[in-house]
Amino acid sequence: MFAFFIRRAGQAALVMVVISLVCFAVQHKIGDPIRDLAGESVSEAERQLLREKLGLSDPLPKQYIRFVTNAARGDLGISYMFGKPALDVILQKFPATAELVFCAVIWVLVLSLPMGIYAAIRPKSVLTRIIMGVSIVGVSIPVFLIAIILIWIFSVYLGWLPSFGRGDTIVLPGGWTTGLATWDGIRHMVLPSISLASLTLPLFVRLIRSEMMEVLQSEFVKFAYAKGLPLWRIYLVHAFKNTLLPVITVGGVRIGTMLAFTILTETVFQWQGMGFIFLQAVERADTSLLVAYLVVVGLIFVGVNTVVDLVYGLVNPMVRVTGRK
Amino acid sequence: MLAKWTAFKNSWFLYRFLRDPVAVSCTVVLFVMVAAAFLAPVIAPHDVYDASNTDILDARTAPMWLEDGSSNFILGTDQQGRDLLSAMLYGMRTSIIIGLGATILQCVIGVVLGLTAGYAGGKTDAFLMRMADVQLSFSTLMVAIIISVLVDVLLGRHALALREQMAVPILVLVIGLAEWPQVARTVRASVLGEKKKEYVEAARVIGLPPLRIMFKHIMPNTLSPVLVIATVQVAGAIMSEAALSFLGLGMPVTRPSLGSLIKTGFEYIFSGAWWITAFPGITLVVLILVINLLGDWLRDFLNPKLYKKG
Amino acid sequence: MTPETLLQVKDLEVTFALRSGKYQAVKGVTFDVAKGERLGLVGESGAGKSITGFSIINLISQPGYISGGQVLFEGRDLSKLSPEEMRSIRGDRVAMIFQDPMMTLNPVLTIGQQMLETVRAHRNVSGDEARAIAMDKLAKVHISSPERRLKQYPHEFSGGMRQRIVIAISLLSDPALIIADEPSTALDVTIQAEIMELLLELCESDRMGLILISHDLGVVSQVTQRMAIMYAGYIVEVGPTAEIITNPSHPYTQGLLAALPGLQKRRGRLNQIPGVMPGLTSIPPGCPFHPRCQSVMPVCSEKIPALCDHGAVRVACHAVTQEARS
Repeated sequence: MFAFFIRRAGQAALVMVVISLVCFAVQHKIGDPIRDLAGESVSEAERQLLREKLGLSDPLPKQYIRFVTNAARGDLGISYMFGKPALDVILQKFPATAELVFCAVIWVLVLSLPMGIYAAIRPKSVLTRIIMGVSIVGVSIPVFLIAIILIWIFSVYLGWLPSFGRGDTIVLPGGWTTGLATWDGIRHMVLPSISLASLTLPLFVRLIRSEMMEVLQSEFVKFAYAKGLPLWRIYLVHAFKNTLLPVITVGGVRIGTMLAFTILTETVFQWQGMGFIFLQAVERADTSLLVAYLVVVGLIFVGVNTVVDLVYGLVNPMVRVTGRK
Repeated sequence: MLAKWTAFKNSWFLYRFLRDPVAVSCTVVLFVMVAAAFLAPVIAPHDVYDASNTDILDARTAPMWLEDGSSNFILGTDQQGRDLLSAMLYGMRTSIIIGLGATILQCVIGVVLGLTAGYAGGKTDAFLMRMADVQLSFSTLMVAIIISVLVDVLLGRHALALREQMAVPILVLVIGLAEWPQVARTVRASVLGEKKKEYVEAARVIGLPPLRIMFKHIMPNTLSPVLVIATVQVAGAIMSEAALSFLGLGMPVTRPSLGSLIKTGFEYIFSGAWWITAFPGITLVVLILVINLLGDWLRDFLNPKLYKKG
Repeated sequence: MTPETLLQVKDLEVTFALRSGKYQAVKGVTFDVAKGERLGLVGESGAGKSITGFSIINLISQPGYISGGQVLFEGRDLSKLSPEEMRSIRGDRVAMIFQDPMMTLNPVLTIGQQMLETVRAHRNVSGDEARAIAMDKLAKVHISSPERRLKQYPHEFSGGMRQRIVIAISLLSDPALIIADEPSTALDVTIQAEIMELLLELCESDRMGLILISHDLGVVSQVTQRMAIMYAGYIVEVGPTAEIITNPSHPYTQGLLAALPGLQKRRGRLNQIPGVMPGLTSIPPGCPFHPRCQSVMPVCSEKIPALCDHGAVRVACHAVTQEARS
């Protein structure tokens, strides 16, 4: 367990070092803090003075260390697009993205579990063939295209659902803006969350099915039959609980990767989340905002992996004693 | 050569292939699409790279079977007045070139790093595989986005023209660098299996240099799983290209790819010009779908263990 | 069928439907087990002995199925029962013990969960009552502090302990018959003897029937009263264990006995039967054993020999019947 913990911590540290290097490169190369601070209309001599004062003439390692120390204190610079600390801007957009991912995960879990289990225990039925067929088509349609198709059907053609924005939001105590507390907000959530789920859902169905089919072949399932247990118990307790282990590891990572696809989904739906702001920052070369996004994404990634490991440990009795294989 | 052809004609592979209608029809569709893409300069009704050929007044003409369509533009035109069918053919060519290029690049990186990790073991292995884990859990798309931002940074903000010119090689590089971990992991797994076998031991005993053992003796035995993933990875790379172009990080609008066509079309979807998005979108999905189906078929074929389970 | 008969298997046939055609893995197998009797099913791997064992409780995995014959157990034909009726017999009247205890127990459930679910699948009892039954059975297989053991997971036990737990699970409903499929093969030699001893002790004290499936003539001869030798899906010899061991009739049985590493001939090579058993898809015509038989006759490759009485045993061999006739 201890070795396992050290390995995970090492991985997290590696992620943050790589991210900090990328961020440092971004800031060093395109970041022009002089412009951010002083605007375009200062003389060359004044710039040079400011440069000295900010330590931009120091050797690179020294600058890097200063960058990391500042970052650790939460100081990632000022976003010139918003004129506010970049980290604040990103954190302000965090609830929108988090709620989007949350709803997409709900879709994925609610739909993939029954479909995957059914496809595993009735591998030859017509419904299974349909599920598997749809899932391979689903894997082949890019997320942004699903989003566009949904918008065209439900917004342009039928006019049932809104196609952009979050709708009415409410600020909860603690500064969390939620779109899930109003009917309008929920209506705005439908299409984006389905789009975001569309890539992960078929992958989950296929993953659950293939893992469960493998477990159903195992000796202990055969023994469960020999014990005369009712079918539901064999499927849902014996087979499914063992299916969960690989599904949690692979699936947990997949949910982490959804973050990347929020950039696409948020762009299509003009969803005011972190991904949308990130892309604007790329277009406008707002360095500090870019850096803040990358740092926050890195932290989320580390967090998701930790949660996945904890859940895995809760389900697998072996990990409590010996550590993961 | 002839003997090889006869051997192929009588092979189990061909026998099984011809008896699977899905596999055969996918191959036919894929072949037609690839041929059409690479013959684009010959068969496309208009040259989309030639600006003198397009007229902004033709912009957003509907497909020819609709009321306000024109027989000059079979599938209509885009927002710049370019013939959509021609733009799609050229765009498909770009997408396929990027897909293949990125797959070759990631296979080269993946095979070299996978062989090294598997053969060297120890700390090298641990480090390379940690890197692969981190990249994979970040998702290849996120890594690709970050790398393209980095490339933009390195080229500088003022090299926009250069950026546009170099769009194809840059995308190949970005996607190749983002997607190597899959290949490396597979290669490493088969190297670990091969390493235990006697012929490797024998080669080591007679004192062959490690590089020779790795590339001459072990590598050929790891290539068939690489072939399977490579197929699916082509589809993945084409998807990544489309996603990056859609985000504005890939092909510029002036040089069509399927992704950039969908991107420009999306802006006009509310004004009723659905065809600019719809046709490139359908083409993209069909292209990816047939490659995925073929990849599935190939995996089932090379891995008959899975078949018995069904 | 006498009142003392517990199980009667008549002309049992099991077929596997593969892509390339249908193959019979068990061909007209007939035997019976009396109450409290211990029967051994012996043969090389692939002889059909495990499939015969599993088909008694209709647990053959796809694509196999019972294609003929009867399995009469306590007066009912098990092969004709509905899935739900069959379920109520499995683990209740007929219990099974599997080969590899490392694979038999579910790794993510505690021993307690795996025992209680079995009790409650067959009896309408409270959790406490079920726990009492489980602890009683654990004590019976000599597992100390059962209270604590119930909360543990399989990976916390050694192989021998796990097989004891599997045996305890099979005892939960006081079955009339236990089918043990190579129960000691996957274990260390010292533990093998312990497990077989335990099985023997339990069968004797509770008067349970036992079908012991094994490739190991030595093990079977120590535990069982009668045995049936199987080859390529057929029973070739069946009778009292003592009789078969001391005076084997079928050439295959003779070969098996000669291949046992006996203490009397320390030196010299072990005798082995030449050739290998044919696979499911390549069974020769006539007596399936004739290509490897040392007393082969012309008729052997033409006619399948039937099981005939021969002294205290029944044998399926042309040579033996001809000898008896002359």
